[in-house]
Amino acid sequence: MTFDPMHLIPVAPELFLLTAACAILVIDLFLKDEQREATYILAQIALIGTASLALLVGGGERQVVFSGSVIRDGMTDLLKASICVIAFGAFLYAKEYLKDRNLFKGEFYTLGMFAVIGMLIMVSAGDFLTVYLGLELLSLSLYALVAFDRESGRGSEAAMKYFVLGAIASGMLLYGISMIYGATGSISFAGIAEAIANDAVNNTIMVFGTVFVVIGLAFKFGAVPFHMWAPDVYDGAPTAVTMIIASAPKIAAVAMAIRILGEGLGGINADWQGMLVILAVLSMALGNVVAIAQSNIKRMLAYSTISHVGFIFLGLLAGSQSGYASAMFYAITYALTALGAFGIIILLSRKGFEADRLDDFRGLNQRSPWFAAMMLLLMFSMAGVPPTVGFFAKLFVLEAAIRVDLTWLAIVAVFFSVIGAFYYLRIVKLMYFDKPADSAPLQAGMDTQIALSVNGLAMLALGIYPAGLMAWCVAAVA
Amino acid sequence: MFEWPLLSFVIWLPIVGGFMVLASGDKAADASRWTALGVSILTFLMSLPLWFAYDASTAEMQFVERVAWIPAFNIEYYLGVDGISMPLIILTTFITIFVIVAGWEVIQHKPSVYMASFLIMEGIMVGVFSALDAMLFYVFWEAMLIPMFLIIGIWGGPNRVYATIKFFLYTFFGSVFMLVALVYMFLQSGSFDILGFHTLKLGLTEQILIFLAFLLAFAVKVPMFPVHTWLPDAHVEAPTGGSVILAAIMLKIGGYGFLRFSLPITPDASAHLDWLIILLSLIAVVYIGFVALIQQDMKKLIAYSSIAHMGFVTLGFFIVFLIANNPDANGGAALGVQGGMVQMISHGFISAAMFLCVGVLYDRVHSREISAYGGVINTMPVFGAFMVFFAMANAGLPGTSGFVGEFMVILASFRADFWYALLAATTLIIGAAYTLWMVKRVVFGQVANDNVAALQDINNRELFILTSLALAVLILGLWPAPLVEVMDASVHNLLQHIAITKIP
Repeated sequence: MTFDPMHLIPVAPELFLLTAACAILVIDLFLKDEQREATYILAQIALIGTASLALLVGGGERQVVFSGSVIRDGMTDLLKASICVIAFGAFLYAKEYLKDRNLFKGEFYTLGMFAVIGMLIMVSAGDFLTVYLGLELLSLSLYALVAFDRESGRGSEAAMKYFVLGAIASGMLLYGISMIYGATGSISFAGIAEAIANDAVNNTIMVFGTVFVVIGLAFKFGAVPFHMWAPDVYDGAPTAVTMIIASAPKIAAVAMAIRILGEGLGGINADWQGMLVILAVLSMALGNVVAIAQSNIKRMLAYSTISHVGFIFLGLLAGSQSGYASAMFYAITYALTALGAFGIIILLSRKGFEADRLDDFRGLNQRSPWFAAMMLLLMFSMAGVPPTVGFFAKLFVLEAAIRVDLTWLAIVAVFFSVIGAFYYLRIVKLMYFDKPADSAPLQAGMDTQIALSVNGLAMLALGIYPAGLMAWCVAAVA
Repeated sequence: MFEWPLLSFVIWLPIVGGFMVLASGDKAADASRWTALGVSILTFLMSLPLWFAYDASTAEMQFVERVAWIPAFNIEYYLGVDGISMPLIILTTFITIFVIVAGWEVIQHKPSVYMASFLIMEGIMVGVFSALDAMLFYVFWEAMLIPMFLIIGIWGGPNRVYATIKFFLYTFFGSVFMLVALVYMFLQSGSFDILGFHTLKLGLTEQILIFLAFLLAFAVKVPMFPVHTWLPDAHVEAPTGGSVILAAIMLKIGGYGFLRFSLPITPDASAHLDWLIILLSLIAVVYIGFVALIQQDMKKLIAYSSIAHMGFVTLGFFIVFLIANNPDANGGAALGVQGGMVQMISHGFISAAMFLCVGVLYDRVHSREISAYGGVINTMPVFGAFMVFFAMANAGLPGTSGFVGEFMVILASFRADFWYALLAATTLIIGAAYTLWMVKRVVFGQVANDNVAALQDINNRELFILTSLALAVLILGLWPAPLVEVMDASVHNLLQHIAITKIP
């Protein structure tokens, strides 16, 4: 196949961000410490540029380029833009935090950008090889980011755990891929789907491979029983990095799952549906129950993420168009919610003080009614109480599950969401009903304040008008 | 018919007003109080055309507004009222005014947030009563929890955190299963239109499961025995305004749910399981009545009395199936449902008044214990008269609204089964016993202690509240015909509907 320069257009966002990241890496070398702000600004411009580029080259027919290894369609447009926006928010919230801890280095932003490139590649992957490349780029960047605070023993420990478990997961995934390749003779999702449709595969090998691929996916999502890394990594990593891990990668993981399970293995939906049911139930159960026992908010949010992953699986396992759309909606809105929640934690932290205990939220309403209200919206959104967007995210995945006659699963899900409501309410309780233990005023730049307000109000705005984003998600998978 | 979107105004005016009050902050507390009062009065005036322009001759939905909201799931912003929901909306807008006035001086901690919460609650509750799209209903239904959670938690009594979390989780737990049922029916019918659900064919097993899901949601809200335990806690800890809204309106939302969802959507399951509801209702009436008798705390006593009174409402709603099956009864099924409805409205006034009376005493003495009082009439003659009047109404004295609903339900029960009627009628004795005994200990007798001796009689603000409610209780008691007429067509339509099986 000859090289057609037109094929570069669909991957323009990735190329742009890659070029920008490399350029910023070099520019950063020549900057003095007091000029570091320039790196930050350039990185943010690069992210905005990438998001705009993704929307600019987007729209229209699905394009498959580079011999089927890269896809550009409605899903990539939407998810690439969302990932860039989430990363933009994370970079913004992280700035003050990093400055206070002497971590405000150019590498944070370049590693972050490389992670974003990895996610973009995962989103647009058309075969297993591309998915794997994107995943590894993302993971390696995140391993490094977790250990970003060199002085912190806990950070290094978390990075080590994350790396070892992540490497095992990658191995599992690769093993599964090799099985599927053996059974179908193809690594492109379209080829695999075709082989399954022609009934030309050995079912045993196929299912065997699928098991390993699903395990690999579950590791990356942090679904029970492959979740053990999540609490330690969330807790050990600097909060700014935890924020990155908890938000945007979930969107990329959903895209990866839709590509692999939906586009590639859609024909054997019946085989992997059962696996996802188990993962979903266990994640919702363990995540919600164990979160109650946490006194550290980062660990609590880690378990909360696990339970939300269970909900995302509810949409994925339906294996239908509406199921994928609802999982996508869930992941995007969840990433936005998690971003805001970590943004508030960072807001409460300051030099030499990590606001990572639940008690640090005591009496926030008296210290800052506005940000307490934002956190209230974020927490009610996580709990899934209308009129916040979290409710609609849950509603849509429940609808997808009930549509494929898994009503019992929906009942299990809502049951655990009630248990989950308790620990989100506890934060609201601490903020509103308790006396402040710490009267130090909140310090935040105007940019952080505006971003947090937009972030919090988005919970309400998307809850009152979820139709726009949902229509976009539906169009993306159609 | 009105041309402009009246229901939307009544929903969104208080919500927008609430956010304005919230934004104005506590620096100008008086300004925010007056704004809140203005908004609540304006909302009440806006809701009046619902009553006067309502066409009582038809059971059709009126003041309908319908626009697409989430097209991907066929969810609509679909509002409308019939004879069942309209009186409840008026009740909501009416009571909210008094809640605002009642918190005028007492609430000194963050008054603007307090006022705003109640205004936002008002809009949401009107939304619950007027939503004709199940998902819109559910959104309003759940959204209600957030302001109430804060009201109890911020301004409540010493044990408020426990009470408010219990309240939230209880109701949240009850309603999530309803969500699953609603989604299930959406997949059967293709839309969330509640009226569409009414005509949806469902097998008996499906109906029973859906009925149970609804029962869990509404029984917690009403509340019915044995899921009533959140109510005494929430009531005792809530500030006076919170108790009033809880008792006068939020409990009615459960009763309304039975009429709007359970009965018409699952008529066969309702007929099948009517014994369960009747049993639970009678337990509420008799057993909870006895529980009320032994309470030491005035608010707890009224809370339990609310549960007993709401037992009448559910009894009235479900006794219709027995009447339909009883060959000796010549009609009269409508009496049960109408009695239940009248009881809901009447209880809205009376319980609000009772809680406000307790609030008046609490504001002065800071105790809700019955034993802390005695001989209040000596120092507060005007207040004493009001309290005795409302207590009589609570006990179901003829001439007050409390009598009308109870009497209609008991009459309907007679047509079903003598023994049910007998058990239900015991409430007239038990109810009189616990209310009057409380009044005797609190209001009459010698001045019990220095606190009581130092009491000041009610001021004009309190006088205004209690007079208005007393008038409402009297008017409804002496002349209930307009209320009964306005809901007549809707109730008959409902009864015709549930008489036809929906099993395909």
